Amino acid sequence: MSTLLEVDDLRVTFPTRTGLIEAVRGVSFSLGRERLGIVGESGSGKSQTGRAIMGLTPTQAEVTANKLAFDGIDLLAAPPRDRRALRGKRIAMILQDPKYSLDPVMSIGRQIVETLRTHEKAGKAEARDRALAMLEAVQIRDPARVFDLHPHEVSGGMGQRAMIAMMLIAGPEMMIADEPTSALDVTVQLDVLGILDKLVSERGMGLIFISHDLRLVSSFCDRVIVMYAGKVVEQLAASELGRAQHPYTRGLLNCMPKIGADRHPLPVLDRKPEWAA
Amino acid sequence: MTSALSVDRLEVIFDRFRALKGVSLDVLSGESFGLVGESGSGKSTLLRAIAGLAPAASGSITVNGKRLGARRDKAFYREVQMVFQDPYGSLHPRQTVDRLLQEPLAIHGFADGEKRIQRALDEVGLGTGFRFRYSHQLSGGQRQRVAIARALILEPSILLLDEPTSALDASVQAEVLNLLEEIRRRRNLTFLMVSHDLAIITHMCERLMVMQNGEAVEHLTADDLVRRHVTKDYTRNLLRASEGFVRV
Amino acid sequence: MSAEAIQSRRDWLLSERPASRMQARLGRAYVAWRRFSANRLAFLGLLIIIALLVVAAFADVLAPYSPTIGDLKGSRLLAPSAEHWFGTDDLGRDILSRVIFGSRWTLYVVILVAVIAAPIGLLVGTVAGYAGGWIDAILMRITDIFLAFPKLILALAFVAALGPGIENAVLAIAITSWPPYARIARAETLTVRNSDYIKAVQLMGASPFRIVLRHIMPLCISSLIIRVTLDMAGIILTAAGLGFLGLGAQPPLPEWGAMIASGRRFVLDQWWVAGAPGFAILIVSLGFNLLGDGLRDALDPRSGDQ
Repeated sequence: MSTLLEVDDLRVTFPTRTGLIEAVRGVSFSLGRERLGIVGESGSGKSQTGRAIMGLTPTQAEVTANKLAFDGIDLLAAPPRDRRALRGKRIAMILQDPKYSLDPVMSIGRQIVETLRTHEKAGKAEARDRALAMLEAVQIRDPARVFDLHPHEVSGGMGQRAMIAMMLIAGPEMMIADEPTSALDVTVQLDVLGILDKLVSERGMGLIFISHDLRLVSSFCDRVIVMYAGKVVEQLAASELGRAQHPYTRGLLNCMPKIGADRHPLPVLDRKPEWAA
Repeated sequence: MTSALSVDRLEVIFDRFRALKGVSLDVLSGESFGLVGESGSGKSTLLRAIAGLAPAASGSITVNGKRLGARRDKAFYREVQMVFQDPYGSLHPRQTVDRLLQEPLAIHGFADGEKRIQRALDEVGLGTGFRFRYSHQLSGGQRQRVAIARALILEPSILLLDEPTSALDASVQAEVLNLLEEIRRRRNLTFLMVSHDLAIITHMCERLMVMQNGEAVEHLTADDLVRRHVTKDYTRNLLRASEGFVRV
Repeated sequence: MSAEAIQSRRDWLLSERPASRMQARLGRAYVAWRRFSANRLAFLGLLIIIALLVVAAFADVLAPYSPTIGDLKGSRLLAPSAEHWFGTDDLGRDILSRVIFGSRWTLYVVILVAVIAAPIGLLVGTVAGYAGGWIDAILMRITDIFLAFPKLILALAFVAALGPGIENAVLAIAITSWPPYARIARAETLTVRNSDYIKAVQLMGASPFRIVLRHIMPLCISSLIIRVTLDMAGIILTAAGLGFLGLGAQPPLPEWGAMIASGRRFVLDQWWVAGAPGFAILIVSLGFNLLGDGLRDALDPRSGDQ
């Protein structure tokens, strides 16, 4: 399996009034053409990891790494121009809420067409055809109608599908999905995940799936990274989750209510200071 | 057992949109009852209508044998209290925990405020160290504990819970759910709890109602759900979805 | 005080677990103060305003001459010199002394207007925003009517009706300057009205009056303070404008606007007569503006709470 992304000792530091805050403290992993889940609770640094790879870290923060390379390209050394070109063309990102990522005053179809035409030369008619095909690929039933709609005119699930279509139109090799389904209803959530899964495996993309939901991630991904306080506490195959070693991973799995498991009170996580050390 | 809360053919209409289409339910005293559904199902609207925050177009609500009018009186608020979903939005940004807890006592003219505040904070597992903090100095879980303390301080018999843990991390969710259960046991409270998560509802409630598009889909017991004794496709879909992603 | 004592006091103020109501409040004020004092220009603004207060308070001591009695024989329209720093006017009065005493009138106008207009605006805005419906419609249409007139013209009309004089000028300015405050308060109220924390207070059984007074108004006050501070310059200028037109302060009151008006006649040859009060207005307006900008950064409820 070829390596798409290599991350070695990634650190993200934010300056604040009271001093420096390290959001990500030495994260290392590599990604092939596979589905990798990054799981953690709020403040674990999972989103900042995704943003740092994408180059979307706020300007006041500092990103350092021994190595942060996508397909052999050193992302930290690359000039901003090249980085922008990579973004969208070869690396795509899906965020939690499509409402904030889609342009509210432009029709969905036009946004997809524009995305395509900024990354490759395509005629108007061709771009439109490909956009429609893409909308169909994300299982939008009436692509021609949705093409002309504006983001506020579609439901959350439809918006997230449109977002996926927009991100995939340029044929990226790697995708970072940050809580892509957390804002959606459970039934819609599974539809969207199904679409994402199909596209990722059909196109042989590498996927980083960032989520707080350990159970969802483990059912969707091949491999899981568990983060706590800016560090990776455990890396394991999703199928091995039942045999997780780290007490944090086990606690996280345990504390969720399950249908049929009659546990009163629920086991709670006993946080140990050495986990964060 | 007597009925603590009963809702009969309740309709709620917002600008010609029927958010609730004649929903009925009956919650027994001391019972924990769950409302499950996806967004737009009307589950939160039902809760808000009971609390008097959404206008009832028709139908009736009865609390502890007393039928409610269009306006709630002070006595109602001492019987029924609510915990909101978003712990970041339900605490006043410019008030300390102390001030937040004092307000209901001042409105209802309680004299022994000092003691009650202490007791309420102890009960939700926040020591006195939290008493003079502002909400921005609290974590999500701590905020939700404060919201629970505020709801309890008037000693209501019915607690309305609107997705009280959906904005919290899983580990914090477990703590808050445990706290709610413990309080219910100790105070013999009646819960009406809204959630989109079937696992949480089966964990917390004895009976539940599945809702969709402002209507009741079916009434179930938690046991039915565990043993998959459901009759409607919609409920079956929800059950399947709660098991996580399955690759086809 | 030793460095350790200062450090421990700072820790006490910034404590994450305040032990009393007082400590929580002081800690909050301290955080706002730190944010404010980090802004150099705002600090300069504050110094200007403090200087204005000091000058007004000690005008009797600071002023070298009487502001109203001049020496008509020997010192008419003298240029600035060691004896008369800002020169003298056409009645032989020392301009420095007049500017110093004028600061009292400037403060008088500014404070009275703020005290009258801000609460009116706050009340109208919050009540309209919270009540909604026809109460909102009526209150806001009245506000619109006041907003539709140019401020100075409306003030002119009021003064014309009430008669010239500084008290009437204050009244006229106050009456014309509350509508923007009502707008701000209403906008702020609308954003918080449907928040869960207001719903929670409703669920406590609080009366609408209590909710507006104790829960909504405190949230509007900081943006109002900012706006009033920024408006101070405008109020001073309007007062000066009325004074200039002869409808505000009446002679021999050393009011800055009136001083410019009387200096206008010799502005080409004896520029200092109008220049000195003009410069005073400029400095004080600048001070209020800088202060207001700093307060916006320090108090803005939207800029994270920490």
